[in-house]
Amino acid sequence: MPRVLRDFLSVGLPVVAIFALLPLVYANQLLLFNFVLFLILAQGLNAIYGFTGYLPFGYVGFFGAGAYGFALAVMHLAAPPALALLLAGLAAVLLGMILTPLLRLSGAYFAIANLAAAQAVYQVIANPALQDITKGPYGVSLASVFAPKASYGAALLILAGVLALVAWLRHGRFGLALQAGRDDPVSAAMAGIPVVSARIIAWLISALIAGLAGGVFAWHISVFYPETAFDLSTSIFAIVFTLFGGAATLSGPIAGVILLYGLYNVIGISVPQYFQLIYGALIVGLVLFLPRGLASLLQRRGIDVP
Amino acid sequence: MSPDSSSPDRLLTVDRLVKRFGGFRALDGVSFALGAGEVLGLVGPNGSGKTTCINTISGLYPPDGGAVRFAGQTLGGLASHRRARLGINRTFQSPRPFASLTVRQNVALAAAYGRRHGAGTGGADSAALLAELELDHLAGRRAEDLNSAQQKQLDLARALATAPRLLLVDELAAGLNPAELGRMAERLAALARGGMALLVVEHLLSFLDRLTDRVIVMNAGREIFEGTLAEATRDREVVRVFLGGDHAG
Ligand SMILES: Nc1ncnc2c1ncn2[C@@H]1O[C@H](COP(=O)(O)OP(=O)(O)OP(=O)(O)O)[C@@H](O)[C@H]1O
Ligand SMILES: [Mg+2]
Repeated sequence: MPRVLRDFLSVGLPVVAIFALLPLVYANQLLLFNFVLFLILAQGLNAIYGFTGYLPFGYVGFFGAGAYGFALAVMHLAAPPALALLLAGLAAVLLGMILTPLLRLSGAYFAIANLAAAQAVYQVIANPALQDITKGPYGVSLASVFAPKASYGAALLILAGVLALVAWLRHGRFGLALQAGRDDPVSAAMAGIPVVSARIIAWLISALIAGLAGGVFAWHISVFYPETAFDLSTSIFAIVFTLFGGAATLSGPIAGVILLYGLYNVIGISVPQYFQLIYGALIVGLVLFLPRGLASLLQRRGIDVP
Repeated sequence: MSPDSSSPDRLLTVDRLVKRFGGFRALDGVSFALGAGEVLGLVGPNGSGKTTCINTISGLYPPDGGAVRFAGQTLGGLASHRRARLGINRTFQSPRPFASLTVRQNVALAAAYGRRHGAGTGGADSAALLAELELDHLAGRRAEDLNSAQQKQLDLARALATAPRLLLVDELAAGLNPAELGRMAERLAALARGGMALLVVEHLLSFLDRLTDRVIVMNAGREIFEGTLAEATRDREVVRVFLGGDHAG
């Protein structure tokens, strides 16, 4: 069996199946939805960070663009949810295209510029002068399309697609070329890999994933404000989950979401300020001491982590 | 300089090449030519510009002056990945593997992306290439787990997987044991016999001696000698430069 299929069937599909069945036994659907949302976002971040090494602190910008893409499509075009979701993804991809010059920056400069870009998009959308279009700081209400079961199902479909995509990135030719460019852009170019264009494609894929996540979030939550859609902690969470579990693997980000978002919901809600502190410390610690996450503990022992 | 060095039918012509880093000229007007099946040695003390010469020919940076012509085409600022597909490839002084990928994936990627236009698929068998370079028993290992000599072999395997017409070799011999040195020299000689052009940067003159008669000696970004290795060791300027540097003899 090809490794892409094997990884998807052994890791991806079970996760989707479990989250499809959980609503039957667990009543807090919003919490389950948030888990699915972070599973999608962590893999979307994985697609860019894990496979190219670019860490986008402004990743939430794509999520917000998707959420507002969905909202604008519903409010102004009366688009049905499925079409609005597509437009949400498209909005994020367009933002990604505008931001491709950022990929010329490296390391911290890229992270900071990306963060600033997300802030700029937030400021535009939250601007009271654009109230007629975006509802400005007053937030949007999409009660006309509210359908929590359908939107939960859509989120699961997106998750399935994203997990399949990451499995392909891990084993397919294109994803291996990305990893080569991440390991050593100079020798990758000498091996004939168009490193820059491959990176741009990964960037747009990653933007698309966050845009779809933002769109399905808007659909599910139906009432939200710019500061919810562009909440920086969304970026931080996705980054921490991915780094903690192990970027560039399929199972690492999943483990990161289940463990850390689980922990957050058990104890973090009551003392959120400590949790932010813990997460900040965790990022620093991970980057310094365990840059390849939990997965690397197994990989070091020669175990092939899917 | 040999009289035919700028003749148009040579595969590679390097013409008064200049590369600056800030105000410093790492290459200060280097010229030479290389035909199919020829091996040209490039020697010189540390910092004389040998690696910079390979870097510029392979497209790591555009030249600041002069030109590189390959197979009748002036390359200018052409990107490395396009040069690979034209048939230019190289190894690196310190090996640069795709550390997190397996040895097999390293070579397969080069074969898939960098294969020279018109090279067909003959000899594109990555498994045979790995066996030839004594890497077959490591095929499933991550490249980062290889030792430095093995990583150099991997650099070469990856370059050869693209079926180059011009191979630029940067100090491949360093770190090989005598038996490995002999096999490596024979391997490179066989590539040249098969029609590949080779530019070989090497400190180990005995290794170079097995491969070619024709060498260029560089110092401070300039070519100070071209001729046979035996003549070079008797040339006063060459001897002075080398005795002043770290690599006497
Ligand atoms: N990317 C760079 N930026 C700045 N200076 C550089 C760069 N690459 C090389 N140099 C400088 O150019 C000069 C030539 O370096 P180069 O690596 O080409 O020498 P070399 O002949 O290969 O030496 P060695 O035998 O030590 O490998 C050196 O002084 C080096 O410091
Ligand atoms: Mg050098």
